[in-house]
Amino acid sequence: MLEVRALSKAFGGLKAVDQASLDVRQGEIVGLIGPNGAGKTTLFAAIAGFHKPDAGSVRFEGKDITGLPPHRICGAGMVRTFQITQPFAKITVRENIMVGAYFRTPDRALAMREAEAVAEMVGMGGQLDQMGADLTVAARKRLELARALATGPRLLLLDEVMAGLNPTEIVEIVGVIRSIRDAGVTILLIEHVMQAVTSLAERLYVLNQGRMIAEGTPASIAEDPQVIEAYLGHGAAKVLRA
Amino acid sequence: MNRTTVLCALGLVAAVVFPLAAPNYLVNIGMLVFFVAFLGQSWNISGGFAGQTSFGHVVFFGTGAYTSTILQVTWGWNPWVAWPAAMLMGAIVGWGIAFLSFRAGLRGSYFALITLAFAEVFRILANSVPFTRGGLGMLIKSDPRPINFQFKDPIWLYYIALALCVVSLVVAWQLTRNRFGARLVAIRENEDAARALGIDVFAEKVRVLTLSGAMCAAGGTFYAQKYLYIDPSIAFGVDKSVEMLLVTMVGGAGTIFGPLIGSIALTTINEVTRGVASVVPALKNVQPLSLVVYGVMLVLIVARLPDGLTGLFRRKPRHA
Repeated sequence: MLEVRALSKAFGGLKAVDQASLDVRQGEIVGLIGPNGAGKTTLFAAIAGFHKPDAGSVRFEGKDITGLPPHRICGAGMVRTFQITQPFAKITVRENIMVGAYFRTPDRALAMREAEAVAEMVGMGGQLDQMGADLTVAARKRLELARALATGPRLLLLDEVMAGLNPTEIVEIVGVIRSIRDAGVTILLIEHVMQAVTSLAERLYVLNQGRMIAEGTPASIAEDPQVIEAYLGHGAAKVLRA
Repeated sequence: MNRTTVLCALGLVAAVVFPLAAPNYLVNIGMLVFFVAFLGQSWNISGGFAGQTSFGHVVFFGTGAYTSTILQVTWGWNPWVAWPAAMLMGAIVGWGIAFLSFRAGLRGSYFALITLAFAEVFRILANSVPFTRGGLGMLIKSDPRPINFQFKDPIWLYYIALALCVVSLVVAWQLTRNRFGARLVAIRENEDAARALGIDVFAEKVRVLTLSGAMCAAGGTFYAQKYLYIDPSIAFGVDKSVEMLLVTMVGGAGTIFGPLIGSIALTTINEVTRGVASVVPALKNVQPLSLVVYGVMLVLIVARLPDGLTGLFRRKPRHA
């Protein structure tokens, strides 16, 4: 469904993403993990059209979408969310989600119904009249999810939807993400919260210093010495094994 | 029918009946209130709803005023025909400025400053090119017949201003309930999020400034027909830009009635201070006193009522 090949993006002399490749197949939940500053968000931004890649290609459902502007990529059926939540502060939750829903229809009544349905799906049905600015962190994360979902994507790119949430909230949002996938939306997510991502994702990619260092099931990734060293430092794998 | 609808209907009836009973002096003030509210609304659509603050909206006003006046004086067009042509010209200038500025990625205060620069360029051009007669300005021959968009009785210009204001209110009201308006608000609130949700931010911003330019240019023609004279500093002077921005900020940017409420408030202050200044000897030399009051008011509004006077009436959203 999504094929990223040898994608590179540098800022000045810093290679934020260096020859990274990944694949997402229809119906999967795929995780992208890596230590701080590994380039995960940059890779996301380059896939979703927010940064123009310096090299490499992005194909979505067979079409080359490398370097297209975000609204065209959204039109192709792929939407991202933001790690730092970006609610439209001075309008209500309903109106926030309607902005997404308007992507599919110019009709106000239809967009409103659509928005309410999506809100129900992410568990925000009771907060439709709250202002974007008044939401808690957990609710903002849900709102990010709802708005993106309202555009009707086939692939959803989620950037750290669980960061900053408490364990109960994480359990809740994991359930929401599962139900979204079960409704037919494929998901690629960046995550820091390891437990959550291992319970959710079927496959993981590990990015470190801009390079893809490992790929596999959560269990195999957890044992990969390269991954352990990336997180815990050089020599850590040997210590752990001893 | 809810309360707002009833209030609107009552307000409209009052506005229609008012000049039939009021002296000419008050009819003129009423005309100015609606006219400035209309100009403010043209600013509000791009500056308030879409958040693209402009310091140089007068560029559209002047474009409209000059387009219709030149067509009329130099080419012998009828002013009613020249009016839509002026709006078209305003739309073209709006499109051009938006295209250049937004293509260059100007946002926020940079965009505001570039619009100011455009207005100044137009003022200097109007001062120097031959077809505007430079600093001499242009005089429209007085011939008060309705076919010439000139009237003996001020009540007609009052009604035209009222009609313009009502049309602009309808445009703003539509923006609160259609897709284009929702997208503008999304762009104002957060451009990146708007882009991620499939909005072509550049195209929408160009579109809104085109619309705003056309509206503002219509105001320019109205002004020229009312005073029958324009020159570069009237048509492209920075004070008109400030006026449009001020009434909107005072009334409430991004709200339907903000510009109208702001226009009523500022016109009232203007008239009252003028009265006070002519009575109190100590204030005789403070000229014009209204600017002092405007300044104080703007400070208070920015500090205490960021949503403008409309913020006073709006019920606070419920916190669940």
